[in-house]
Amino acid sequence: MSADRPTRNQIQFGVFFQGVNFSTIWTEPESGSQTDFESFRRVAQTAERGLFSAFFLGEGLRLREHLGRLHDLDVAGRPDAQTQLAALAAVTSKIGLVATQNATYNDPFDLAHRLQSLDLLSGGRAAWNIVTTDNAWTGANFRRGGYLDHADRYTHAEQVVETVRAVWDSWDSDDRAHLVARDFGAFDVRGLGRLPRSAQEHPVLFQAGDSDEGRDFAARSAEVIFSAHGLFEPAKAFAEDIRRRTVAAGRPADDLKIFPGQQFVLAETDAEARDKAIWVREKQITPATALAFLENIWGTSLAAYDPDGPLPDIDPVVEVTGETRGAGFRAKKTKETADAWREQAAAENLSIREFVFKVGGRLEGGIIGSYQTVADLLARYADEHVVDGFNVSPYLIPTGLDDIVDRLVPELQERGVYPTEYRGDTLREHLGLRAPLTRRGADADPSRQTPSFDLV
Amino acid sequence: MTASPFSLAVELDGVGAHPGGSHGLDAHELLSPSRLAAGVRAAERAGFTAATFADSPLSSGIDAIQRASFAAPQTSALGLIPVAHSVYSEPFHVATQLATVDFASYGRAGWIVGVDADPRIAVEYGREAVGPEHATAVATDAVEVARRLWDSWEDDAVIRDATTWRYLDRAKVHYIDFEGASFSVKGPSIIPRPPQGQLPVFADASSGVVGDVALVTSSAEATVAAARESGAALVWLELEVALDHAGLPGAERVDRLDGVTPWAREGFGRYVGDAAGLVDLLTELAGQFDGVRMHPAVLAEDLEELGRAVLPELRRLGVHTPPVVGSTLRESIGLPASVNRYASKASA
Repeated sequence: MSADRPTRNQIQFGVFFQGVNFSTIWTEPESGSQTDFESFRRVAQTAERGLFSAFFLGEGLRLREHLGRLHDLDVAGRPDAQTQLAALAAVTSKIGLVATQNATYNDPFDLAHRLQSLDLLSGGRAAWNIVTTDNAWTGANFRRGGYLDHADRYTHAEQVVETVRAVWDSWDSDDRAHLVARDFGAFDVRGLGRLPRSAQEHPVLFQAGDSDEGRDFAARSAEVIFSAHGLFEPAKAFAEDIRRRTVAAGRPADDLKIFPGQQFVLAETDAEARDKAIWVREKQITPATALAFLENIWGTSLAAYDPDGPLPDIDPVVEVTGETRGAGFRAKKTKETADAWREQAAAENLSIREFVFKVGGRLEGGIIGSYQTVADLLARYADEHVVDGFNVSPYLIPTGLDDIVDRLVPELQERGVYPTEYRGDTLREHLGLRAPLTRRGADADPSRQTPSFDLV
Repeated sequence: MTASPFSLAVELDGVGAHPGGSHGLDAHELLSPSRLAAGVRAAERAGFTAATFADSPLSSGIDAIQRASFAAPQTSALGLIPVAHSVYSEPFHVATQLATVDFASYGRAGWIVGVDADPRIAVEYGREAVGPEHATAVATDAVEVARRLWDSWEDDAVIRDATTWRYLDRAKVHYIDFEGASFSVKGPSIIPRPPQGQLPVFADASSGVVGDVALVTSSAEATVAAARESGAALVWLELEVALDHAGLPGAERVDRLDGVTPWAREGFGRYVGDAAGLVDLLTELAGQFDGVRMHPAVLAEDLEELGRAVLPELRRLGVHTPPVVGSTLRESIGLPASVNRYASKASA
């Protein structure tokens, strides 16, 4: 550590290159391509200029549908996360590269190998954001479609994570490979890891589940949790909950880093930022998107309703929402939801679009203000250790990070609550993480473990 | 004879084709990203049409698709053709990964279909092993799935119509509804149609899989004729190469390396000798094949000779033309623009 070691707690930034929901504004002249490599290069390099710890890509293995047809209102279509990050590894040198990968529809050995490939190509900057799905709707694109019960998805995911880590760790210090064999019930896998460990031992594990099970899974297995709780008080409560679970899992309280996803709307003054936030909201939630938001619950076209009029008086045509409507709507009881929404909209005198601004928008979850105001607020997050960082969701691609990097980061640095240089070369170093969970103590070297199968 | 351009590709796996070349290097040196970057840059500088990246689920090595993707922003004209396994892998993943390389390279990606039914690979994936006779059928299905997924978005499916707030024209995005013996895939792709539409598909002629380009190991007329009759548009020859380098004759370089680890004959033709002789050989082969893929004994040494004395001479003779910045791999190797199967139906 250098002599000018920060005395204040710090926060960091990651960036989530979105591209499947209405948060990305695609209608404006500055809205760039969502598939052109140049858009990704620009965002990643801007983030690296701003000393961001990580560049984050999502994954969806089936194109979203709406009312039984392909959803056509939002950005759709994106590159494969790991393949794209391999290309970005060539045009960046420090920033971490986080790939969302499904634990159900990727084969454990193949997944482990590709993540480890990315880790080596990037010099120890790779991470896996673990997601899990059980639905047959996504499974229709894969051999093992829909074989998991919903209740089993975390058990399965945890077993996949354990297997992947075993593959990563299977080369000992002399670069000898040790056999990994695991039984998943429906199938079993056996083989040899194909690569040595990277500069950060193995990829960092991110996880984003918010249910009780998801939080416990993260507390046991993940190193970074990507939460949805970005506002101060909810973030504080979330952090307390996560740290309690982390300690209960036998780990130090700070072993699991907390990075809420967050939209920032910034300007010279607070008033300008508020105006800009209204503009952002209106561009994100078009009249068509507002209707589609309700249609997710009603289950039928509401094209006959005026987006500036009251909520529909008809009842939903289905009882429970299905898989195609996105995680936010999954398995919602429609009649109950519709009644509650109608009641709220009537009580507050809100039109359809105004109502969706309120419940569906990111505005309430957004951090809005002048550069100084937001920097002061984030300094409070740092001082009270409410988060370890934010995973920034830019609403414009590829320019959406520019003001954060050019204006907000310097304000934070002046306050001593943001890094002024990368701590090292690997993502693990940037995040201040300890050694991987599997590589602490006596169990760390697989040569000490007896292979349970003969080498084939 | 064919009117297509004569292509020259180079295989860039590891340190070269001769197994003795890697002696004394540890795994990290072998797998170093800077070695990979140096290789693709040297191949592009030399004027090669394309670089290929070998891979197998049973070998140590960085995923070939990722190597090609990593090479994409570091090159501007070179074709990038990874091997991707097709028998036990998920075709949906393979197709989207390859499409991503095509986007990252602005239309310079291809695919060498890996067709290996080895039961050890089946065990890795946790699948039933298939026999070699079925492997061809499964791999052929995987290629068909990739082709349909690459067509599943029409080129103009993204409309960004701000008047109706529609990003997508859903009539131009298609379910592929593939039903095969080993897998079924609903589609559509999760990535729009890649820049080339269809990536050129390469397959070893002996695998039984028919792609756009057949890779053959023999220059016997019957082999070449069979490859053309199978339906492949182009036929490329595999050729191992060891050139005179730094005062050492190629034969002596091979002898020395053979002393470390012998270089087994895998059925490929092999040229060992001086640059002028290779220029003559390739000039002759240009009359018979649409391309030659070279497997240099030691990349660091042979690639230098190829770039210094072989490709420039072939260019001077008009036998080979380096790819042009901005062209696609399809264009560079002489494949016609691809036609979208779904678009043609819709407009018919």
